Amino acid sequence: MSSGKVTVEAKGERELVITRAFNAPKDLVFQAHTECRHLKRWMFGPDGWSLDVCEIDLNVGGKYRWVWKKGEIEMGAGGEYRVVSRADRVVCTEQFDNPWYAGEAVSTLTFDESGGVTTLTNTMLYVSKEARDTVLQSPMEEGLTLGYDRLESLLDESAAAAGGE
Amino acid sequence: MRYLSTQSRQLDATFAALADPTRRAILARLASGEASVNDLAKPFKMSQPAISKHLRVLENAGLISKSLDKQRRPRRIEAAPLKVANEWIERYRQFWEVRYDHLDLLLEEMMIEAKPKTKRRRKENE
Repeated sequence: MSSGKVTVEAKGERELVITRAFNAPKDLVFQAHTECRHLKRWMFGPDGWSLDVCEIDLNVGGKYRWVWKKGEIEMGAGGEYRVVSRADRVVCTEQFDNPWYAGEAVSTLTFDESGGVTTLTNTMLYVSKEARDTVLQSPMEEGLTLGYDRLESLLDESAAAAGGE
Repeated sequence: MRYLSTQSRQLDATFAALADPTRRAILARLASGEASVNDLAKPFKMSQPAISKHLRVLENAGLISKSLDKQRRPRRIEAAPLKVANEWIERYRQFWEVRYDHLDLLLEEMMIEAKPKTKRRRKENE
């Protein structure tokens, strides 16, 4: 049962704002975003990606690390918590091990509860407009796949060039 | 690959153009039909050169074009780049929708788990 539709707004030049309402108190939505046993249950990608490694030190200045896995392929990301206001707000940095966009992103999660429904807002701030638009075009595992596709098409091109000569 | 980078540049230009509220208002106005620069300037407390500057940004992004009528040079909206931008947003949105649908199921479970615990605790206290 879905409690609401996800909305996405490309705000200003460097932000993506993702919002979604959940039929649950904010304490639980907060826990689901900050505890590994819960994150492993939902924060994976489609097509067989699982969140294999999860480490979280939920304190200001504390680090977190996530590693997704699909078959033999791994993709890691991590960052540092800057603001931890239990059940209301979390601010953390986010950087992938093999980023396909420039710089470190800053994610601000806010949890607003009203009448048993919690509205989650995730504001992602990127270092540049280019980085923001790259993420919008290839979120997460698509970015990785895109990397492989690029390599493949490069190989195809050089093979075609070699064959043409 | 070359196709993708052209598309990326187009998307950059589209989002940059849409980042400004005046330009979004101009597009909203043009969505209901073509209009001259004067008509477009009217609702804004802005000089005509200021409006023309916004129109140039929209034009360079391919979001609007000039009609052939040489005298009035009315502007009209170009739908294709906006459609592409919306498609990227929609794909990104679906990426999150899949995750949040899983989160919905998890939260339902968490709520069921949370309830008996409070009852049990109450009994233990008795």
